[in-house]
Parts: sequence; structure tokens; C-alpha cells
Amino acid sequence: MHPFSYSRPTNVENAVQELAGPARAKFIAGGTNLLDLMKVNVEQPNQLIDINRLPLNTIDELDNGGLRLGALVTNADTAYHPLVEQRYPLLSQAILSAASAQLRNMATNGGNLFQRTRCYYFYDTAMPCNKRQSGHSDQSAGVGPAGCGALGGYNRIHAILGTEASDGTVHCIATHPSDMAVALTALDATIHITGPSGDRTLSIGNLHRLPGSEPQFDHTLRPDELVTAIELPPQGFSDHHIYLKLRDRSSYAFALVSVAVGLEMDGDVITDARLALGGVAHKPWRKPEAEQLLIGKTATKDHFQPVAEALLDGAVGYGHNTFKIDLAKRAILRALGLASQKSERAKEQKGE
Amino acid sequence: MSQYIGEPITRVDGHEKVTGQAKYAAEFNVPDLTYGVVVSSTITKGRITLLDTSKALAVNGVIEVFTHENRPRTAWFDISYKDQDSPPGSPFRPLYDNKIKYNGQPVALVVAETFELARFAAMLVHVEYEAEPCDTDLMKHLDTVRNPEPGLMNLMKPLPPKPRGDADKAFAEAPVQQSAQYIHGMQHHNPMEMFASTVEYGKNGFLTIYDKTQGVTNSLLYVTQAFNIPFNQVRVVSPYVGGAFGSGLRPQYQLFLAVMAARELKRSVRVSLTRQQMWSFGHRPATVQNVCLGTQADGTITAIIHEAKAATSQFEDYTEEVVNWTGKLYPTPNGALRYKLKSLDIYTPLDMRAPGGVTGLSAVECAVDELAYKLGMDPLEFRLKNYTERDWTEKDRPFSSKELRACFRQGAERFGWSGRNPEPRSMRKDHNLIGWGMATGIWDAAQVPARAEATLTVNGKLRVRSATADIGTGTYTIMTQIAADTLGMPIDDVVFRLGDTTMPAAPIEGGSWTASTVGSAVKSACDTLAKTLFRMAKRIPKSPFVGVGFDDVLFINGEIRLKRNPSARVSLLEVVNLNGGRAITETGTSIPNLVAHMKYSRNAHAAAFVEVQVDEDFGTVKVTRAISAVAAGRIINPRTARSQIIGGMVWGISHALQEESVMDHRYGRFMNHDLAEYHIPVCADIHEMDVVFVEENDTVVNPLGVKGVGEIGLVAMPAAIANAIFHATGKRIYELPIQLDKVM
Repeated sequence: MHPFSYSRPTNVENAVQELAGPARAKFIAGGTNLLDLMKVNVEQPNQLIDINRLPLNTIDELDNGGLRLGALVTNADTAYHPLVEQRYPLLSQAILSAASAQLRNMATNGGNLFQRTRCYYFYDTAMPCNKRQSGHSDQSAGVGPAGCGALGGYNRIHAILGTEASDGTVHCIATHPSDMAVALTALDATIHITGPSGDRTLSIGNLHRLPGSEPQFDHTLRPDELVTAIELPPQGFSDHHIYLKLRDRSSYAFALVSVAVGLEMDGDVITDARLALGGVAHKPWRKPEAEQLLIGKTATKDHFQPVAEALLDGAVGYGHNTFKIDLAKRAILRALGLASQKSERAKEQKGE
Repeated sequence: MSQYIGEPITRVDGHEKVTGQAKYAAEFNVPDLTYGVVVSSTITKGRITLLDTSKALAVNGVIEVFTHENRPRTAWFDISYKDQDSPPGSPFRPLYDNKIKYNGQPVALVVAETFELARFAAMLVHVEYEAEPCDTDLMKHLDTVRNPEPGLMNLMKPLPPKPRGDADKAFAEAPVQQSAQYIHGMQHHNPMEMFASTVEYGKNGFLTIYDKTQGVTNSLLYVTQAFNIPFNQVRVVSPYVGGAFGSGLRPQYQLFLAVMAARELKRSVRVSLTRQQMWSFGHRPATVQNVCLGTQADGTITAIIHEAKAATSQFEDYTEEVVNWTGKLYPTPNGALRYKLKSLDIYTPLDMRAPGGVTGLSAVECAVDELAYKLGMDPLEFRLKNYTERDWTEKDRPFSSKELRACFRQGAERFGWSGRNPEPRSMRKDHNLIGWGMATGIWDAAQVPARAEATLTVNGKLRVRSATADIGTGTYTIMTQIAADTLGMPIDDVVFRLGDTTMPAAPIEGGSWTASTVGSAVKSACDTLAKTLFRMAKRIPKSPFVGVGFDDVLFINGEIRLKRNPSARVSLLEVVNLNGGRAITETGTSIPNLVAHMKYSRNAHAAAFVEVQVDEDFGTVKVTRAISAVAAGRIINPRTARSQIIGGMVWGISHALQEESVMDHRYGRFMNHDLAEYHIPVCADIHEMDVVFVEENDTVVNPLGVKGVGEIGLVAMPAAIANAIFHATGKRIYELPIQLDKVM
């Protein structure tokens, strides 16, 4: 592990300033991913800026009926927050399907968004990896050989969608590992960001990116920016939702495929729909045009199948992970079926 | 008297463990300790062309970097590097030369004043290699396998017996045939505790070594031979082991490196491996098996061919008993059991819980199930029809005891097997197909020689010692029970100690033989002490035992009492006092009764019954219910024994559904080398589990009548699960682990 200096600012301005300082500084919050990566030398920061004392640890109701989740609220506190459980049970389900209780107690909402891929080749500096090569200018240590080990290697957990660069070449088939981000994508959350040039917001769909020919960039945040909060819009799909996660064991495993679904129903007819997939791409995978296929339709398998086909359109398998294409389609059908039934909580609340 | 044996005594070491007082190898904080971190090779085969340690050495606080270029001279000959579990061949020598034999091989040891400095400096060691193409994939070499080199280990793990009859012809002529190939990849033990050695450098170079091992005697032998140190200059201590599963049967390279560094630097040194480095030594080998079974129309087996092809390293011939079990379980006039090896550019495999047994049974017990379906027979009926009381792999000897029939009956009854509809896909619940499967288990009831020592202390308490190990199995507890019962002492007055080479020697702890082996030695030492105490009691003034024989007295509640007149008694404390207040010690040696053993085949048996739910869309498998009925002789402690069986059953679920070290054969490197990606079951994977111990009296295996329970809970489970998956889905899967993509 590379030696590093350590600071613990107490306000956001100082934290952001420190990040813009000497080379290879990193924010640390829960540390549940960064410390692992430091131990295997993938991340080699010179400075750790501990942001745990920043005042970003509250969950607040917004005037528009939405909710603002502080970046430093832990995953556990978010998932079990009464307002989240009540209005955004999809988010609670997704968070609680991830990691372990101990990790969720440490991991923060902001950190969850920026966890790195679990690609075996990325984690092993003896193996070739394009993602490890260079980050935001000098943010990353860039250790190990270039190339993509997973292409033609062991790629069971890898991406099937959005892997090609604009010229048709493939540089990286890593997936984004977050469950929370998949639910946030279905909920169409807004990310609040601050930096030296002020505050801005970004739709969750624009936060993460596809690898293209620059797989070293996981996201579109500038190197001197900090996420301060995640804003949930009023629509929470609390009556009709599901987070379905398929994996190699019942808990403490990353998704091979996951599906976040939120539906609005009028009787048997779907009036609004959101769908996001996890475990299949470099970012949570959403296609609004696929969702449109459901509007005005009854919740039947016949109507679900075209949605599955549309979402998986263009999917490519790389050997070990080819099964994911079929698995994802089956998961979408199941998830839509489950979500179209009224959730247990919704039934309870309405006294049904 | 049997006051404690057979009782569910709680673990005597439980309090120390849960309060953190139990110390493991990397937790002995000796003064002035230095820390070693291992640099591992990133190629699989070739040679080191440049090893630049200058940047590492320039770090303030780094003491030395050991490599093949500057290592001290150690023993010349291979024999000096052999340990009690070495297979035939040339043992791996850490930092020996510039040759790389497998990926992850240690190439340097950085020693520094702190662990953090050593870890940092290890990053700065610059290694250049000239790599050669490597061969690591067994599947590509199935045509070039060969016979293994026989060795001493084959006494415990015999090679296949001579064929019987003409199996090929009989199979070809059999009216009903079953033939299939079964595959599983590599697995690594991955106990919770990583391998570590803390070497304390004492006065005049005396070494006290705190080592993670399944046998302190083995570590001592290895160190003294490899470094040519007299026995009286080294002590190896290992009171607690955080799991091992066989990985501690051989000294691992951190022991060699820590001792080397301590002797060179004349400082105390600790070397701990990382989780990733836990993939850099022995493992369960990849194995490909072909099983052919032929029967008459009524289901009587007429031909058995079971052939296994396994991987080993380029430098040692590791073998395990894979195919022999088939012959022990099933009678046939025509049997051919074969076991072949292929040398690959990997480290030598190493016994891993139920080595060979879980491999072989996972194949043959699936083959038997498939065959029963071809015959239209219930799989349990088929096994009863082909039940044997004799072992044709061992000269047709009878079994010393075999209550497998009772296992079948009691297990089936508890499970409700008789209500099973044999039709695949006949049970479902929502999206889940439900299936029931069963399989047979068998394991050795072995015993090897061991010694123990029993002392009546000045306070009238009993202290018993033997240099064995407790890897979490319950050795501390059951030895305490055996000692307490043998000398009639209250269990709270008995202390059992282990894991120290200053104690009487015991063999490596494995093969399910520790209860029988060390238990018999403890009993022997306590029996001898009892006789001595009785002799001394007779010499007490006005002794009530004058003219009385040993058989006329009882040892009970810390006293010796006359059987016919319990009021005539002498307390053990009085005996000590008479001894001038000095403790009284006797030793005992247990040696297997080879004459009796030669007449019998000695095995533990089990039957596993399993219910699975398989999601018909996704192929995810959940083991919702599992019952193991076990016949393993006398059960000394039903609590710790049950825990052993449950642990084995969980491992069975792991073996069947999850566990595999996946290698990228282009590089010869394991890719899922951490516990996030090397999957073993989590609590959420485990549902209803039950254990039935079938009563079994065995007067042959050892004086205690115990058979050991370390592996028997595991061996039947994977096949039972695979058979249940077939019953649920109608699909046979021949490659483990059965992950969802193979089922969907």
C-alpha cells in the first residue's frame, strides 16, 4: 500500500479545495471499497480527505414532495429511514440486497455511486486492464499492463450491453456494481454536485458513462467535484415496484443481473413505467423507449416480452457471460409481473 | 464410568474464543518484532531476469529484502524439505533459484520494522521475468495422463486396487448401462485465519515459533531439517487454529520465510499471508471422472468402471483416494478402478476436507441415481439391492461395523422419502420446481500412533497434554471428556492442552483420525496414571486398599473407591500429598491394533437426503431441507459432532453449487482470489438442516470405538443435491459447481 497523508475538513468548501490541491488526492467516506483497492495497489492516493465530518448526513423532505438524501447518510440509515421505506421502497429493497449489514453500516450514499467495478482483472495489477491505466489526468496510479484481460478471459460477471466504442472496438467490459444506483436510475434521481466553480445538478442517467475508448472514466464528475446529495423526485412507485437481483448466492454477491421496476397502474392498465438493469453494463441500463412500450398496456407476459427484447437489443456475450442475455430477459418478465401486483406494503396501507 | 463421554458438553475453549483471549499465530506480540511481507510472482512459468530491491531497501525502516540471490544457504537435499504430508517428488523450496514454477510463487520477502512499511516496500520490489508458455488446463490434457508415483502417503490414501474380473467386457454386455463424465475445477481451503508464523528469536538463537498448522510436530521437523537446527533449539506452538480444512497439513512457505529471516537478522519476525496469497499453495485438484456402471435387468450391478484424471504439480505427485470408495460401496464381479495424474504448471494439490471422497462420491452417487432411473427403481431401493457387507477393494474383508442400512432407514424416515413421487418435475411451488435427492457417504475410520501425558497436579486436578491440534473441531472438549471419564474426575477439574512441541508428539490433525488417535492416547495415559495412583493409594497409612486389586476399585468424583464398599475411599489429593506434594505424571502411547485392523475394512457411513427448490426461469437452486444420517461409531460429544456434520453439509452445498477457484489459463492465474468472488455459502443460503447419529458399536477400530466425523458429513451432500436438482428439473448436470446458468 502506498503511503498517504490524511486530512479531515469540516466544511464542504475546504474539502473541495483540498481535492484540487496536490496530485492524487481522494475523498474517503465509508472506505468500504477504496481501502480494499488501496490494499491491492489499484488505488494509490497520496492524500485521503476524510469527508465524514461534512454536514451532509441528513435526509430531508422537499417542498415538491421529494426527498433529499445527504451524500454521507449511510446505506443502512437510508434503507431503513421511514420516509424512504414508505415512499421509495424500491430504493430500500435495492440497498438491502447489496453487500452485508456491516458494509451497509459503513458505506455512504455518495460513496456507493462511485464504487469501482468488481472486474477481476481490474483488481489484479498483474493482469491487463484498460480501466486501471489512467484516471482523471493524474488521479489514478495507472498500474499494471494495458489491454482488457476480461475479453477472451474469465468474464462471468461482465457486461453485455454498451461495451462498444463509437468505432466498434471494445476496450472494457466491466460493469458498474451498485444496486442502489440501479434503483436511483429507475427513480430518475438527481445528483447534487459542488465544486470550485459552484453547484450543479445532474440526472443520475448522466452521472455514469459507458466505457467507449476511455474506460478509465467511470463517471462524468470533474476531478475537483463532490456529490453532496441525491434528490428523489416525488414519484416513488410505492404501489408497484420490485428490485429483483439474481446472483451466485443468496446474499453478499454482486448482481449477475438485476432489474429495478416502478409502475403506475390504473386497474390492470400500466400508465407509467420505469425499468433499469444492473450487472449488464458499465452503468445502470435504462431505455425510456422500452418503457414506452408498456404505457396503456395490460400487465401480461405478451406485453412484457417486447420490453425485454428492446432493453436487451444489441446485447453481446463474451463467453462466460453470454447466459446473461437470456437471464436478463427472463428477469425482466418476472420483475414486471411481480411489480404489476400491488406491493404488500401498499396493500397493508390501503387496508386490503 | 461414562459420565461425560456421549454428553453434549459445551466447548471448553468457547469462552476463550468468544472473548478474544484465544491467540492465533499472528497474534503473539513478542518484543522487538519485525514484519515480513511476501512478494509473489505474476507469471506462471519461466525465470526471473532482474530483481531490483534497491528502492525497497531505501525506505527508512526496511531491514532487508530476501530473494533467491541473497538468501542464506539451507539444506541441500530434497529429503530435508519433506514433511509428514509430502507426496512423492521434490518439495517446493521458497526463494531457491530464479525459476518460476507456478503463479503466485514467493519471489521476495521484505522485512521492516512495521507491517505497513514492509507492505509499502513490497510494492517497490521490481521484478522482471522471462516468461514461457504455461500449461494449467487439465481439460486439454486428458489424453496424456499417467500413473502416479507411489509413495508413503499411499498407506493412508491407497492407490486403486487391482481390477476384478473383466469390467470392460461385462459393461459392454450389461443389459442396462450408465456412462457419464463428471468434472469439477480447483478449490482452495480458505479458512478464516490466513497463514502466519511469528518467530520469536530468543537467547542463543532459540526459536519459539507460533505457527498456523495442523501439526506442530510437522512444523518442527520441517524447520529443523530444512535449516539444520537441533531439535532442542526450536519450539513450535499453535494453541488455536482459525480453521484449516487440510491447508495446515503441510508447512506453508511463510514458515520457511519467517524462520529464514529471523535466523539471518537475529530478530523476531512475523510473516502473514494476504487473502490473495491463500491461493498460492495447495488446493483441491481439478478432476475429470468417467463412471460406467452395468447391471442386470433386475438392477444387480455386474460391472463398475470408475476412472479419475486429476491434476498435480510439475514437482510432486499428489494423489487422493477418489475411485476406491465406489468399490467399497458397491459389490461387483467385474470392477476396474483407475486413477491417473497430469503434471501441470500449478502448485501441488493438498488434502482439502474429504479429499478424494467428495470428488469420487459426487460422481458415482450421481451415476447410481441416473442408473436407478434407467432401471425404473427408487434410488434408495437400488442401493439396498446392491448393498455389501464386504469390501472387494480390500481382499473382500468384512467391515468392522457398517450401519449404513440404518442410516438409510432412519434418514429416509425422518425426511419422508417414502412419499416421494419419482417423476421429475412432479412437485412445484410458484416459480420453483421442487426435487428430492439422496446419496451415500463413506469415509475412513483411521487411527495412527500418538502419545499423550496425564498429570495429577499438586492441587489434585488433572492436566492432560498432547501435541495435537484443534482446528475448530472440538479436540479440546472431547479430550477433556475422555480424560475426565477415564480418571473419574469432575470435568471442571480437568484441563487438556495441545499444540506445543514440548508436549508428547501427535501426528498431523486430519483424515478424521484425531478423535480415535489422540483420544486413544489420552485414554492410555489416563489409564496408566490411574494404575500408578492406585499403587500409591495402597501405600497410604491405613489404606483401605491393602490386598485389593485394581479391578476392585472405581475412580469417581476425584476419589478412588472400593467397588463393594464405596465408603472405603482415598481422595486423589491425599495421594498427591503422600507424594510429598509433587505432581504425578504418566505418559501413554496409542498404537493401532494392526492385527485386528488387517481383518476388516474400517469405515464411517452416511446417507444424505436433500430437498431443493429450483427457480424454473432463473436456474437458481436453494437447498431448503437436508438431513444426514451418520454411522460413525461412538459419538463422544453429540454437540461438537453435530456441529462437524452440519459444517460438512454446508460445505457440501458449497461444493455442489458455488465453490470454484477459476483460473485464466492464458495466464495460469486464479482470477477470483478473494472472498467476494470465491463463493461459499452465506447464512442466507442455509435452511433447515438435521443430523441423525445412528447407533453403531465398533470394537475393532480403536479402544474408544470412535470413527471420526470431520469428513463424513460432507461426502454425500453434493451428489444428493445434484440428484435432487434432476428430480426437480429433469436435467442432469455433470459439472460442478452447479451455478444458475447450467440449470436455466
